Amino acid sequence: MEAEAFSNRRAHPELLDTLWEYQNQHGYIRDEDLEQCSKEFDISSIELEGVISFYHFFHRRPAGKFTIYLNNSIVSEFKGFQRVREAFERETGARFGEVDPSGMFGLFETSCIGLSDQEPAALINFLPFTNLNTLKVRQVIAKIKQGVPIEEVCDEVEDNIRYVPPGKRAVFFREYFPGNAITKLRGLSPEQVIEEINRSKLSGRGGAFFPTGLKWGLCRQQPAGPKYIVCNADEGEPGTFKDRVLMNAMPSLAIEGMAIAGYAVGAREGILYLRAEYSWMKAKLEKDIERFYRMGLLGKNVAGIEGFDFDIRLQLGAGSYVVGEETAMLNSMEGKRGEARVKQYYPIERGFLGLPTVVNNVETLCAAARILELGADHFLKAGTATSPGTKLISVSGDCHQPGVYEIEYGMTVEELLKLCQADAPYYMQVSGPSGECISMADKKRAFSKEDLSCGGAFMVFSKHRDILQILLNFTTFFKEESCGVCTPCRAGNFILQRKLEKMKLGLAQNSDYEDIRQWGHIMQIASRCGLGKTATNTLIKALDTFPEYFEVKQSDGFNRKFDLTKATEAYEKFKS
Amino acid sequence: MKNSKAKRKKKQPTKGAVTIKIDGKEITAKEGQNLVQIARENGIFIPSLCYYEHIDPPLGTCRVCICEIDGKPAPACMQKVKENMEVRVNTPEMEDTRKAIVEMMFAEGNHFCPACEKSGDCSLQHMGYEMGVSISRFPHLFKDRIIDFHPKRMIIEHNRCVKCHRCVEEVLTKEGKQVFSLCNRGNETVVGIDYEQEAKLTREEALAAMQLCPTGAILVRGKSMAKPFGDRQFDNQSVQKEEQAKKAVVEAAVKAAKEKKVIATISLAGCFGCHMSMLDIDLGFIDLLEVVEFNKSPINDIKKFTQQCDIGLIEGGCCNSENVETLREFRRKCDILVAVGECSIWGGLPAMRNMIPLEECLEEAYLNSITTVAGEHIVPYHEDLPKILDKVYPCNEIVKIDYFIPGCPPNPEHIWKAVKNLLWGDQYSILYSEFKYD
Ligand SMILES: Cc1cc2nc3c(=O)[nH]c(=O)nc-3n(C[C@H](O)[C@H](O)[C@H](O)COP(=O)(O)O)c2cc1C
Ligand code: SF4
Ligand code: SF4
Ligand code: SF4
Ligand code: FES
Repeated sequence: MEAEAFSNRRAHPELLDTLWEYQNQHGYIRDEDLEQCSKEFDISSIELEGVISFYHFFHRRPAGKFTIYLNNSIVSEFKGFQRVREAFERETGARFGEVDPSGMFGLFETSCIGLSDQEPAALINFLPFTNLNTLKVRQVIAKIKQGVPIEEVCDEVEDNIRYVPPGKRAVFFREYFPGNAITKLRGLSPEQVIEEINRSKLSGRGGAFFPTGLKWGLCRQQPAGPKYIVCNADEGEPGTFKDRVLMNAMPSLAIEGMAIAGYAVGAREGILYLRAEYSWMKAKLEKDIERFYRMGLLGKNVAGIEGFDFDIRLQLGAGSYVVGEETAMLNSMEGKRGEARVKQYYPIERGFLGLPTVVNNVETLCAAARILELGADHFLKAGTATSPGTKLISVSGDCHQPGVYEIEYGMTVEELLKLCQADAPYYMQVSGPSGECISMADKKRAFSKEDLSCGGAFMVFSKHRDILQILLNFTTFFKEESCGVCTPCRAGNFILQRKLEKMKLGLAQNSDYEDIRQWGHIMQIASRCGLGKTATNTLIKALDTFPEYFEVKQSDGFNRKFDLTKATEAYEKFKS
Repeated sequence: MKNSKAKRKKKQPTKGAVTIKIDGKEITAKEGQNLVQIARENGIFIPSLCYYEHIDPPLGTCRVCICEIDGKPAPACMQKVKENMEVRVNTPEMEDTRKAIVEMMFAEGNHFCPACEKSGDCSLQHMGYEMGVSISRFPHLFKDRIIDFHPKRMIIEHNRCVKCHRCVEEVLTKEGKQVFSLCNRGNETVVGIDYEQEAKLTREEALAAMQLCPTGAILVRGKSMAKPFGDRQFDNQSVQKEEQAKKAVVEAAVKAAKEKKVIATISLAGCFGCHMSMLDIDLGFIDLLEVVEFNKSPINDIKKFTQQCDIGLIEGGCCNSENVETLREFRRKCDILVAVGECSIWGGLPAMRNMIPLEECLEEAYLNSITTVAGEHIVPYHEDLPKILDKVYPCNEIVKIDYFIPGCPPNPEHIWKAVKNLLWGDQYSILYSEFKYD
């Protein structure tokens, strides 16, 4: 009964995997699959439809033998999205949102796929294709048509690790020997592990900065069990790709972090929730999990520690940004719509299946593993007194060296801009669309908890980029990704998108800016989860940060864009 | 359904009494009780739409119950009372936020109350009245939504659903299967119904579903007029009696001796209801003529502007090219332009066609209606006839509108109070009874 604290429906942890099986079999979920599935899980077909339609990688109609997802994030837009989009339509004969007549290709847009350092990028049957241009699209499609196996056509994703702190102060990107961290658990009590993490002052890297040791300790104290560790590898915030690089470069570091968290908290099972956009890393991660089992570092008596059993499995997402929010992720893992839960309980109280659960970001868990391996003192050596350690920043946009930067806390914006070789930085987006925008007036600000806090994304745009285009892209993103449960976010993002579209037509009045501020504020205070609460941050901040851009001419009382001829076009058909 | 309620009713452990403050008023309650409930029991009105006392944790979807809890905005329905909790319900900011959220629901859905079966028995409409929503500050989104006639007993009117989740959580078959589920996400979210499961519901269960829906989205066939017009729970009085009465203080009437101002009026795509309303001040109209003079207007049948006017009152939006031209002329000839009534503000009833392509509308009206004989009728088109626009445009999408007077039609007092204020700066306030339009 307790386990049902969040819904009267039973949880179906296997549902997402089952749906993927059906989807992979035929490229979409057929009516008969739906029927079969609804029998298998003994739920009504509308409940299933509800789940399926929530995730944009599940299809209820044929989606092509080759399903192409082109990323429409702002970086992609600026790097040639439109031309690549047209090229795909031309070469495949399909229109976006549809499948070509032969059923070979399906074209779809998708939000950021975590490849912002090599845009425009697309996934074809979930394999990565990077740095696309018109010519490359033609070649790729031609090869596929010739029957070259898709695995041979796709690109190797570059890690682009551009910077590590000098003097061996690196935490993440340094020599790595799988197992070195887990084996440190021998001889340490769970309390000592938590103490070590506390001493390092490690705080969450998923954006909320909650102290990791504290989270683990609170979960440890929960009387209910079994407990769960969830590794949040959903990395959906546009412009963020540091978790991708961590998992690709050292897939087992996060696994070690999970086992360590499990030991500290008293959990027996860990679940790595991998976004479907990173399916191409799935095999690699699973291979490493297996290797750890073989090495005795997972399973029974992990690392020879009597009585410490820990299993890890991988859960594949299915396309949704809000699922990165921890309570939405728990719902998703239970085979439900990925809607954020009401904040009645923390996951550490009632999480997966209503049981105490720690949800941590990939980077957090990797840092925890390193802290155990190298000691909290090593971690404390880097960074500042209040924000110790290093932080991974995904840099993209108008700079010559896009990629991942392991910076020490305390580095200034100016220093990072120089490192990534941004020629004419003008507008910087910190922490993705839900974060904040800054201008060169902020160049002296330092990355840290107390000054410029950054979830991991840093997008640079130069002066010739249109700010309105950036804001419209972000708002459209939130509109698409809102889970639709609460009014302010569901309706608000839609309303603001319309407003920005109107502004794009050159119809902005001063009152529109006032509206954006007020409506944006209402969404911030009234939305149910972090998505809606943060969706208008950038919009509001941009008005203050770039006033010169938003100056408008007073209109003369006539809407010059209203086109009478166009508005009567439909009627003209009846002229005989 | 009964079964699920029983199952989910949490036994409330008897805890100690606590004292909380709501808008300065001290209230004693049992610890852990729901704030909305406690407020209600103590005669304090906190708006709510999705809150249902037996669902725990509460749904928390609609967000219209937002209040300041210990200094921070938070939904009241999510709060369990605890010692020294300080709640502020009626601060200007909270009042405005709650109102905005209700307005969002109206902007997002397609609510044509005069044509709605639930009008008068609808919680959303009720919230609108209680909060004094007379117009949505948000542009209407005119999203095309369907009315689902497939279910055996029910009709689902997607235009009116506010996605409160109540039906999703509460309407289950005897085997415990969901009959409703939210489908899609973002602004595409709709509540889907399972035809197979719906067919298993008894008539009583179907009626209960209609009852629990806070809007007119779930209808049961043959049962759509449960409470006929005129017999409605919030027809005459606000549930916040005293407060409203206090607010509704009427300011002094027309001040004497003013320079005569010139007014022009027009009815575009409207029904002349707003003009009828203007005339409804009865004898007051004669007094009005002491201080104003009408230029172009249907009231005196002057067809052409003969001078520049101080103020132009526009009824109706633009549905054809003539409307557009007339409106532009008004903009040129009037110093102040006021959109009077819903149709001119956002399209109103004529905008019911905005969700349907023009071609379909005209074919339905002229070619495929039951009284037309195939092949004998055409869609009228002549160069002397105004051209029909692709959709009905609110006036402010064609020209700049300076002021808006909401209502369908606005109350006559409301119209003239606003006009007097604009022309001579008279102070005024609008009574509760003056912004009820049904
Ligand atoms: C809309 C939204 C999206 C989020 N997406 C992610 C994500 O992709 N990855 C992540 O680690 N955390 C994400 N978070 C934060 C998580 O809710 C949670 O705070 C985090 O996983 C906790 O881990 P940490 O303490 O290690 O940072 C998101 C939060 C919100 C509100
Ligand atoms: S804020 Fe947006 S994403 Fe979060 S619950 Fe509300 S609708 Fe869903
Ligand atoms: S559901 Fe309520 S608010 Fe909507 S049209 Fe019907 S009566 Fe009006
Ligand atoms: S149909 Fe009614 S009860 Fe169901 S979600 Fe919509 S408004 Fe709520
Ligand atoms: S009544 Fe509180 S969120 Fe709906």
